[in-house]
Amino acid sequence: MNFETIVFYIFSAILLLSALRVVTARSPIHAALALVLAFFTAASIWLLLEAEFLAITLVLVYVGAVTVLFLFVVMTLDIDVAKMREGFWRHLPLALAAGAVMATEMILVLRTRTDTVAPRNLDTHYSNTKELGRLLYVDYVYPFEIAAVLLLVAIIAAIALTMRRRKDTKYIDPADQVKVRRQDRIRLVSMPAETARMKDEGERMTNEEERG
Amino acid sequence: MLTLSHYLTLGALLFAIAVIGIFLNRRNIIVLLMAIELMLLAVNMNFIAFSHYMGDAAGQVFVFFILTVAAAEAAIGLAILMALFRNLSTVNVEDLDSLKG
Repeated sequence: MNFETIVFYIFSAILLLSALRVVTARSPIHAALALVLAFFTAASIWLLLEAEFLAITLVLVYVGAVTVLFLFVVMTLDIDVAKMREGFWRHLPLALAAGAVMATEMILVLRTRTDTVAPRNLDTHYSNTKELGRLLYVDYVYPFEIAAVLLLVAIIAAIALTMRRRKDTKYIDPADQVKVRRQDRIRLVSMPAETARMKDEGERMTNEEERG
Repeated sequence: MLTLSHYLTLGALLFAIAVIGIFLNRRNIIVLLMAIELMLLAVNMNFIAFSHYMGDAAGQVFVFFILTVAAAEAAIGLAILMALFRNLSTVNVEDLDSLKG
């Protein structure tokens, strides 16, 4: 049992325990925090598998973005946890049975004939990031573009789902502002000439003075 | 010596825990989403283990795409959750039955 195996077993134990915490935690906040630990430990295991780029991506994308988003939503919503957990342990026998059957099936299927495969020996100059980049931008460039479009769709969908227009805000449409023309804002009114009006005014003033 | 089955067993156990979580947290839609993330993590673990032991980096490209889709799914799922809570003031799955005929 070499050092790598010991590290693998330690990380596996932490990963499985934190995954159990995710699904059994009383508060959703604790579940989200356990999820952070689970993703972080999974990234360490991926480092053992020499998938450095994906391990860092997992930490950045999942710990940095997805679980923070989970935490944000959990803290925004006012959830009645006690009502949610009514009859929580009632489903435990069924859940354990289903989980055990699935795990056994998968282990039985996946263990067969795979033990003979040996990992490749990589030289010290091997760069996982470089190889992944070559694959992504050369062999899988169209799927990569589709993934980018998918992320754009997700951005727009998330904004469209959560955006609401409040009626009491003073909202200005920039398009209306831009396309406004001179005749929309200025109204020319024809009035009697200014000088004539002033002369009348002056005559009236002098008449009043004479009378007074 | 670590073999491929070590990692595959770990992935299978992780997936099973996520399935148990879905059974247990039938009402809490937030923890359901977290359990789905755990399932995807287990699948990714298998992909990377196969990629390492078969000597083919293409498996890691698939993990990359799964990560993309999972991030999009989490974002949209949580957005739906926010809209749901704003309209119904609950995220309990059993209360979300307004489509029932």
